[in-house]
Amino acid sequence: MKAAIKLKNDLHFTRRSFLRVSTVAAGGLFVSLYLDLPALAQEGNQAPPPKVYPPDAFVHIRPDGKILITVNRLEFGQGVQTALPMILADEMDADWSQVIAELAPAADVYKDPLFGIQMVGGSGSIAHSFQQYRELGAKTRAMLIAAAADRWKVAPDQCRTENSVVRGPGNQSARYAELAEDAARKPVPDKARLKSASEFRLIGTKVRRLDSRPKCDGSQKFGLDLDLPGMKIAVVAHPPVFGGSVKSFDDKDARAIEGVREVFEIPLPQGSGVAVVADRFWTAKQARDRLKIDWNTAGVEHPDSAQLWSKYKELARTQGNVAVARGDEKAMDKIATGNRIVAEYEFPYLAHAPMEPLNATVRFDGDRAEAWVGSQFQTMDHMVIAEVLGLKPETVTFHTEFAGGGFGRRAVIDCHVPREAALIAKRFRGTAIKLIWSREDDVRGGYYRPMHAHRVEIGIGSDGMPAAWRHVVVGQSIVAGTPFESLIVKNGVDETAVEGTADTSYNIPNLHVSAHHPKVNVPVLWWRSVGHTHTAFVMETLIDELATRAKVDPIVYRRKLLKPEAKKLLSVLDLMEEKSKSWRSNLPKGHAVGISCHECFDTAVACAVDVSIENKRPKIHRATVAVNCGLAVNPLTVESQFQAGVGFGVTQLMANGAITFKNGRVEQRNFDGYTPPYIIDAPVTVDVHIVPSTEAPTGCGEPPVPVISPAVVNALAKLTGKRYRSLPLVSL
Amino acid sequence: MATYQLNINGQRKQVNVDPSTPLLWVLREDLKMTGTKYGCGISACGACTVHVDGVATRSCVVPVSLIGNREIVTIEGIAQDPVGRVVQEAWVDKDVVQCGYCQSGQIMSAVALLKSTSKPSDTNIEESMGGNLCRCATYVRIREAIKSAALQLK
Repeated sequence: MKAAIKLKNDLHFTRRSFLRVSTVAAGGLFVSLYLDLPALAQEGNQAPPPKVYPPDAFVHIRPDGKILITVNRLEFGQGVQTALPMILADEMDADWSQVIAELAPAADVYKDPLFGIQMVGGSGSIAHSFQQYRELGAKTRAMLIAAAADRWKVAPDQCRTENSVVRGPGNQSARYAELAEDAARKPVPDKARLKSASEFRLIGTKVRRLDSRPKCDGSQKFGLDLDLPGMKIAVVAHPPVFGGSVKSFDDKDARAIEGVREVFEIPLPQGSGVAVVADRFWTAKQARDRLKIDWNTAGVEHPDSAQLWSKYKELARTQGNVAVARGDEKAMDKIATGNRIVAEYEFPYLAHAPMEPLNATVRFDGDRAEAWVGSQFQTMDHMVIAEVLGLKPETVTFHTEFAGGGFGRRAVIDCHVPREAALIAKRFRGTAIKLIWSREDDVRGGYYRPMHAHRVEIGIGSDGMPAAWRHVVVGQSIVAGTPFESLIVKNGVDETAVEGTADTSYNIPNLHVSAHHPKVNVPVLWWRSVGHTHTAFVMETLIDELATRAKVDPIVYRRKLLKPEAKKLLSVLDLMEEKSKSWRSNLPKGHAVGISCHECFDTAVACAVDVSIENKRPKIHRATVAVNCGLAVNPLTVESQFQAGVGFGVTQLMANGAITFKNGRVEQRNFDGYTPPYIIDAPVTVDVHIVPSTEAPTGCGEPPVPVISPAVVNALAKLTGKRYRSLPLVSL
Repeated sequence: MATYQLNINGQRKQVNVDPSTPLLWVLREDLKMTGTKYGCGISACGACTVHVDGVATRSCVVPVSLIGNREIVTIEGIAQDPVGRVVQEAWVDKDVVQCGYCQSGQIMSAVALLKSTSKPSDTNIEESMGGNLCRCATYVRIREAIKSAALQLK
């Protein structure tokens, strides 16, 4: 890494941004970064730009030398609670062994600098906050140097820093902790020199996670583990069909259970439910089981998977709203039918099913309130809790709790879980209410990856490459009717449904992609890697089929078809080819290789898998994954994200990897009916190779997911001669 | 409600609960030992795994009334066990965790495996760990950590 880091992110920081120092109450230094006018807020009239800048802290140097760094994101596995402090500590020259990280509460100052709300999504945590945390670190360091220079009456440029110590001329030195109070009184510099890549000590090195040990000895507290004095537990009986409401209910048997405190109806975003509040979860759950509820589900649509499939397939045969129309729309007609492929795909609803069931805790104290939520959407969850309680957000303290996974499920636009918790807490002034969604509530509770049908017609040119490509995507819009619509829906096309197809990096001269967004009575949501979960599957299986037809090696074929400007994808194809060469040419009998590559969230990934068939299921013996994510801030975490993220991607290949509906009701209840991958289903080994880069870092949370399932079925196609276009993979 | 004397991590604990309450919820809500996790409630995910007389057991489906004098070990007590300590350290060394929610259960299952099989093969690992779901799918490093712990225990 010789060259200076190319900061593509710079453009995000041309807006006025500044730091402020707040009190030194605890005998430490507080530095805050405030950003004016978040870019997206201007564009989409989202959250208004922050007008009030509360004295929140990013860095706190304690008198004992510990350095507390505040992380403006939820930590739910992605490793940002380690990576963001690494960035800040590196620029600050802090002693890493003394760094402690904490998750920020909801506050304007912690909003994503690009998105303008406090959130985790779009693989943006490092991509959007890399520059922010570097500047915070560099400015803090400059203030510590200024304090030392004053003390020693020397010029700041005569001082240098290392490992939480400022050193000056003549062997003078002072620990950061000794300087913190003076430094806090120094003006925050407008600019501070950032390190060149060669000066990094932490960034780009393999650093173990700060949260590893507490997660291995049971001491890490997640939202569900919260225990507050006098706290009560709430569960909610939800209608059996989305949007249904309570006609009447009999709670006599429920209330007869010792420890049940209250049973009452609450409104839901659509329809209503019955809340049960008890001293313990087990009591609340038993009481809920004993409720006799007469539901009104007349007048709400009863979704049915079989009916939806036939409707979707019919729609897929007609053109939808146009996402891209490139080249000659009639090019297809000039290609003989024998040189065309017509392919129809089915993707079911998928539940996120994070390991920690959904929960939120709220205590309403009349004129103020406190909330504890493992939230990917702090700004919105915070506002909704305040709104339900009739309070201003600034009187509601919102703590970000560690979350046991999320994958998008804790970034819900209608904030229904914290909303339920607030509605219940409102009835129990002064008592903390922990709302728990059981696993059954989660599996049947909606907010799924939408089901999709794709229909693709490809005209193959005489060179064996796709000359014409007509692609129709059918699926519910995730954002229609929400505040995100104006940002994400263009010309009637929800970009999250066609991403990965309409913007393909393959050089297809005549490309036509359109989309239908039928309205269905099933709440839908982004699921880790969003549209790429299905678009990459379609693209990468069809490209593979084209390569096979052309009798060209699938890696060679992709390289030939990729646009020359798709540099990241080309770099990962090369690296994957090199790193997998030895095992690909030495496969045991009954094994086959599957290839795929995909770019999303500005990160490119290529994948080769070694697959055989065992007990009529794909056995993934090995995956070689090459990644170009720009500068890898923590290569150990990047490796981990990809090793495991491809396993997560196997979810949609599982035999029971679907949420289905019959007569309006979800047919699955728990992990017995909706079954994510266990150890036997995931790849046995995954070797991850990172393309060396000095480009600005890009995300690693979502990009591992799309590549694995097409690679696996591409291998299966070699073993069985069949193309797999309907997920889940019920039978081989 | 009934009163039970439980033997947990070598200590006597008294609780007064509904006899049908699963051990999981007694640990979490009555004894405030939240290292043992709720994931499914139907013994399908293994997040609630504890040792009952040395056997890896899903505490979400075992009513507290059936425990009697059996010795219970949870994640909070596993470091007192020599095998438990080595497994925990291997987990930290291999940087296994992501969200971490399932890892208490993973570690409890891995300790039980290594106590019965000192040099587990991939098949042994798949069998013993086969019911422990990790939604982040950290399975590659779980395998590595178990193998690393096995080497140290030789």
